[in-house]
Amino acid sequence: MEQIKVEIDGLACEAPKGSTILDIARANGIDIPTLCYDPRLSPYGACRLCLVEVEGARALLPACCAKADDGMVIQTTNEKLERIRKTLVELLVSDHPMECQGCSKSGRCELQRLADKYGITESSFTGEVHEYDLHRENPFVMRDYNKCIMCGRCIRICREVQGVGVYDFVNRGFKAVPGTPYDRPMQETPCEFCGQCISTCPTGAIKARPYEDFGRVAALDMLRNACAYFKMPEEDMMKALGLESWVTRTTCAYCGCGCQLDIHVIDNKIVEITSPVMVGSGQGNLCVKGRFGYDFVSSSERLTRPLIKKKGKFEEAEWDEALSLVAKKLGDTKKKSGPDSIGVLSSARATNEDNYLIQKFARAVIGTNNVDHCARL
Amino acid sequence: MDDIETAKAILVIGSNTTECHPIIGLRIKKAVMQNDCKLIVAEPKHIRLCYYADKWLQLKPGTDVALINGMMNVMVEEGLADDPFINDRCECDRYDELKAMLKDYTPEKVSEITGVPADDIREAARTFANADNAAIIYAMGITQHTTGTDNVMTLANLAMMTGNIGKPGTGVNPLRGQNNVQGACDVGALPNVLTGYKPVTDPETREKFEKAWGVKLPEEPGLTATEMMSAAAEGKIKAMYIVGENPMLSDANLHHAEKALKNLDFLVVEDIFLTETAQLADVVLPAASFAEKEGTFSATDRRVQRVRKALDAPGEARPDNEIVADLAKRMGYEMANVEPAAVMDEIASLTPQYGGISHARLDALPDGERLHWPCPDADHPGTPILHTEVFTRGKGWFAPAEWQAPAEQPDKEYPLTLTTGRVLWQYHTGTMTRKSDGINEIDPHGHVWISPDDAEKYGVENGKKAVVTTRRGDIDIEAMVTERVPNGVIFIPFHYVESAANILTNDVVDPVSKVPEFKVSAAKVKAK
Amino acid sequence: MSGNGNGHAYKVVLGYGTCGIAAGATAVKEALEQEVESGGYDVDLDIAGCMGLCFKEPVVEIFDRDGCSVVYGDITAKKVPQLLEEHVGKGQVIEDWVVKKSEDPNACDGDFLANQLRVVLRNCGKINPESIEEYIEIGGYEAARKALTSMTPEEVIDEVSTSGIRGRGGAGFPTGTKWGFARKSPGDEKYLICNADEGDPGAFMDRSVLEGDPHTVLEGMILAGFAIGARQGYIYCRAEYPLALKRLDIAIEECHQKGFLGENIFGSDWSFDVKVKKGAGAFVCGEETAMMASIEGQRGMPKPRPPFPANSGLWGKPTNINNVETFAAIPWIIAEGGEKYADIGTEKSKGTKVFCLAGKVRRTGLAEVPMGYTLRQVIFDVGGGIAGGREFKAVQMGGPSGGCLPAEKLDTQVDYDQITAAGAIIGSGGMIVADNRTCMVDLARYFLSFTQDESCGKCTPCRIGTKRMLEILERICEGKGEPEDIEKLQILAGDIKDASLCALGGTAPNPVLTTLRYFKDEYEDHILNHKCAAGSCPALITLYIDAETCTGCAACVKVCPTDAITGEKKEPHVIDAEACIRCKMCLSRCPSESIIAE
Repeated sequence: MEQIKVEIDGLACEAPKGSTILDIARANGIDIPTLCYDPRLSPYGACRLCLVEVEGARALLPACCAKADDGMVIQTTNEKLERIRKTLVELLVSDHPMECQGCSKSGRCELQRLADKYGITESSFTGEVHEYDLHRENPFVMRDYNKCIMCGRCIRICREVQGVGVYDFVNRGFKAVPGTPYDRPMQETPCEFCGQCISTCPTGAIKARPYEDFGRVAALDMLRNACAYFKMPEEDMMKALGLESWVTRTTCAYCGCGCQLDIHVIDNKIVEITSPVMVGSGQGNLCVKGRFGYDFVSSSERLTRPLIKKKGKFEEAEWDEALSLVAKKLGDTKKKSGPDSIGVLSSARATNEDNYLIQKFARAVIGTNNVDHCARL
Repeated sequence: MDDIETAKAILVIGSNTTECHPIIGLRIKKAVMQNDCKLIVAEPKHIRLCYYADKWLQLKPGTDVALINGMMNVMVEEGLADDPFINDRCECDRYDELKAMLKDYTPEKVSEITGVPADDIREAARTFANADNAAIIYAMGITQHTTGTDNVMTLANLAMMTGNIGKPGTGVNPLRGQNNVQGACDVGALPNVLTGYKPVTDPETREKFEKAWGVKLPEEPGLTATEMMSAAAEGKIKAMYIVGENPMLSDANLHHAEKALKNLDFLVVEDIFLTETAQLADVVLPAASFAEKEGTFSATDRRVQRVRKALDAPGEARPDNEIVADLAKRMGYEMANVEPAAVMDEIASLTPQYGGISHARLDALPDGERLHWPCPDADHPGTPILHTEVFTRGKGWFAPAEWQAPAEQPDKEYPLTLTTGRVLWQYHTGTMTRKSDGINEIDPHGHVWISPDDAEKYGVENGKKAVVTTRRGDIDIEAMVTERVPNGVIFIPFHYVESAANILTNDVVDPVSKVPEFKVSAAKVKAK
Repeated sequence: MSGNGNGHAYKVVLGYGTCGIAAGATAVKEALEQEVESGGYDVDLDIAGCMGLCFKEPVVEIFDRDGCSVVYGDITAKKVPQLLEEHVGKGQVIEDWVVKKSEDPNACDGDFLANQLRVVLRNCGKINPESIEEYIEIGGYEAARKALTSMTPEEVIDEVSTSGIRGRGGAGFPTGTKWGFARKSPGDEKYLICNADEGDPGAFMDRSVLEGDPHTVLEGMILAGFAIGARQGYIYCRAEYPLALKRLDIAIEECHQKGFLGENIFGSDWSFDVKVKKGAGAFVCGEETAMMASIEGQRGMPKPRPPFPANSGLWGKPTNINNVETFAAIPWIIAEGGEKYADIGTEKSKGTKVFCLAGKVRRTGLAEVPMGYTLRQVIFDVGGGIAGGREFKAVQMGGPSGGCLPAEKLDTQVDYDQITAAGAIIGSGGMIVADNRTCMVDLARYFLSFTQDESCGKCTPCRIGTKRMLEILERICEGKGEPEDIEKLQILAGDIKDASLCALGGTAPNPVLTTLRYFKDEYEDHILNHKCAAGSCPALITLYIDAETCTGCAACVKVCPTDAITGEKKEPHVIDAEACIRCKMCLSRCPSESIIAE
């Protein structure tokens, strides 16, 4: 691919033709603040935080949209740009409830991070603030438009990635806000509850309701708030507190797409599932099952002890008793009717390692090739 | 799968991708919405992908072979086949044989069989053949037929004829129904092969494994899952050890499955819930869920990824590896490796495809990078696309297949065709999703989908209970009157135990793959 | 038109644009039809679009056999019998009602028209806009025929470049250059869009042209389509212009019948068609990227440029967008030659420009003048100066994106560069004249409330920035301003200008910036002294009645919503300051100007 050369903040950079200024800057470790940018979405240019100065250009250019030309000389930061950025963040803050302590997005909120960066605790521009009702009419997605910064990411991800288009903006001017058609509850729209909007929302405007509703979340919020307060990465905070990480990267156990999950656990309970952006087959996108279908793990119906059926009824047993019984019964059957009188069904839901051990068990221990799983079903 | 986005045409057949494989569905939508890809959907019912499709071929269930043969007939007639690819990469005399067979599959004749207008078949053929790169995506709608093997072969014929193999955005891509079907097959959880698809009948293979495992291995291929059920019913299989499967909801003809399992002398089930199958067991062993253990899954595109422990299993539940090793030990065999990382090393040492895969290597992969098998050694980067230069067997082998009607045809008594599948909200037998409150708030129970005409004809009302009957049994289920199914076809998702579609399905199987014909049964319906 | 056609003794033409209809032309039309029939007059009745004499509507023009005409203004249905009886029946001109005579252009208010030079408006008010025949009769579609049958697209572009015409939509980009970009942009599929989404408060020239002469716009589009290689054109017109839409539909249908639109126009191998897309009246949809989004069926929100429409516009294809007024000038340029057009105007701004005179000017209406006229000429010679003989204070040019120019700038020439240098813009051509009763803070507040209401909400500076500016201005108008508010306004204005996504946001602070530049003392007066010298801001004024001049007519009493005015008949009245809400209804009603606001 054709390469171009540009200079960003005095640093000579090379990139494939067609790259945006933001792509090149980030690839070279130069941070340009953004709010409406998500690598999964087409560039939008609304928040204006990524404005940069390009030598010879008539106006400031949004780095997320502007394609770099060969030989461009770009400044991503200077007094004017930082002043504009500070004004923009102040304007956003002037219509945003800055009660971060009560918000579960605290510590992960992109606006909070920028407000910190520019040292803004309250805006010097005061005026009308929105007072919208909370939308919590469905079990998965809750919306609090008082925290919305109109980045349009929810609208775009629903349209561009999910191909559904549940949201669009309604009203104009200061009153403009995302909404569903005729403000209908989301379950009355074609919404698939994939939660992609949750994954992209930079503030606390769209959140996973199970997480919000989960009482214990307060503890996690406190930790996250502490991280935000001390401006300390979560991992460091965990270490400082002598805790293990509460987020574990794993692979989804539903269909075969192989989406990567970050499981957020607190007190041995899953409180939220997210997916790392631009990682794995989903690129940060999930479906309703992957994102919300995790209750089963902590279900009260989970089996917790071996069961042995005695006189047609299950009774709880010790592992030792149960396994000894199984070993004896299988051993007897093998002895009596031969290894091929035993069948082993492994699981397409179990790991490779488990499947390997199970077929090894059938072949090496029982001595039969009667081993299969439900690939066909 | 990432390269699906680059395809210029995609044929989705027998796959409700956006609901059953939502994330691959996203890739298809992206190809259509952002990359000018032409989408052809071949599917009896109206699925969400139809909204994005250039052409929706609404074929009758069980007529896939005829449809694809019809498309290939058009390609031959109009000179749209990729002759250089065929000459280079395939057995030419096989192609001649295919061409000879295709002569009978004129669009007009195929239209009679499939119900798809002849001109639509022509247009679809042109769209697919004229695209620079075209991919085929299929799932259970292709395999779960008595002619499932023929269906797959025919799709392979189509891909080879148009040269759509071994490049980005091409290929015949099966979508695996469950998260680790691919991996379970890879590591030998199949009756006829050991890991890496090495046949159990091959003495050299056996010798290698015997040496590694220190035991003598059986020589004859074993029984498939469906064969085991029949053998159990006949009393030939006397004991079963079932790990994480729920044949009592997933098998075709559940009454038969129930009879088979009840006929066993001894049944042990290892699962996370007391499933319908576990309820029939003599011993139930509590297992850890995916979030409570370490390991790997192999996704449908052969991408091997880590599973990591995020929380502790409840109560005394244990991960499968520990249980099976413990059991082996009690039966006199000490598993050499039990810890997942060590087990993966053992797999790698015995399986060339996994030779370069280890937990350590997977853990060290930077965000966004991936590893697909075949990956023979630690330096190999993995293989995202197969068959780039030659096919596994050398030259491409065309396997012409004539269309055969499904085993059960609608008749006077059972005038409707029942087809089954999944819906977005639920997963498989519902073991996991039906324990999720939110999901059940949105989707509390199953429906039988029926066309407005049929509903009127059989006196069924939207939202009211109906009785669906086949030769295997009957179920009560709420009716959903919808134009998404054509007249003469009804659809029932199989997730719901209280209205289990598989009580109705036909357990007749494909002679090669042994997959039951879930997708076509003759049925009747009436108001309850 | 020359002559009156059809061999009748007289031709009577009624001004039947939206302005005329609003002033009562429908009743006049009915009266004319009835009277002509019952009186048996030998008259050919016809309608025409707006002549530009909005201040005199309804307007009737009567032509004799020689083509000489008399224009009558302020005609009502009641006046119709007398008009026909005197003028048509007896051949007597009713001098009191005359606006203009063809043989005496300066009669009465005739200098409104006499001081104009009409290129774009050349047919407005002269021909029946619902008749393609009348347009063809005066040479319509000859330019298109000439171009399509004997010129290459490049020659058309050259001619337009020679004319020097610059885009009349506001930005003033040279039209020929723009067409050249679209022509050269690779791709077989290209689009042409006519921007008829006139949204500036006080601007209505596009509406008048579409209502009065729709064919000239279509002919301009055919020429442009041919020049750039587009086969499909769109006219994006707001739904609030029902008459313009109706006449466009008629005109397009007529063109199809004549073969001027559709396949193989004028027998050439060129095909071109035009569709009308109705807009929902969003100001922002006048911005070209938002307009294209709207045509595509999306919410009208601007996108960052580049890519420019010439490279990637409607549905990602190369697209050329021009304004109604630009298209309307094109047939004249091709027919008369680019050089003739370039002879008019200043060095860098060629041709004529239509201005909408509104506000406190005596003669409101459409004025097309050569570039290079001074503001004084436009406002005083054409517009007749300030209404009520009051003092000129400022003129707001270019609508909400423009700026206010004070009296000392009155000798600035109407020219893109000079007006910009003075701090305003030509824009689409709105001229709102302010007199000494207009508060400049309040004027800025008004325009900002307009832009804030009409902001699409996409980018932060425009959505929240203009809201916060508006709130500051509201505070100042209420007398609650703080001394640091002026600096806050300046900072916000600067950042909004630099950071906004589209031109509408970027220019939104202009009314504030120019009023701060020329009328800062008024701001300070509001903030420091809590005074509104113009007597305009309700919170800062008291109203009282000058007992010397009050005639006690009680007109004020009738309109006062709070019954705050009392007094005996024919005796001076008084206003109860407690009850008065300073709505100033009385002020506008008082015939003796006895009510004073301070």
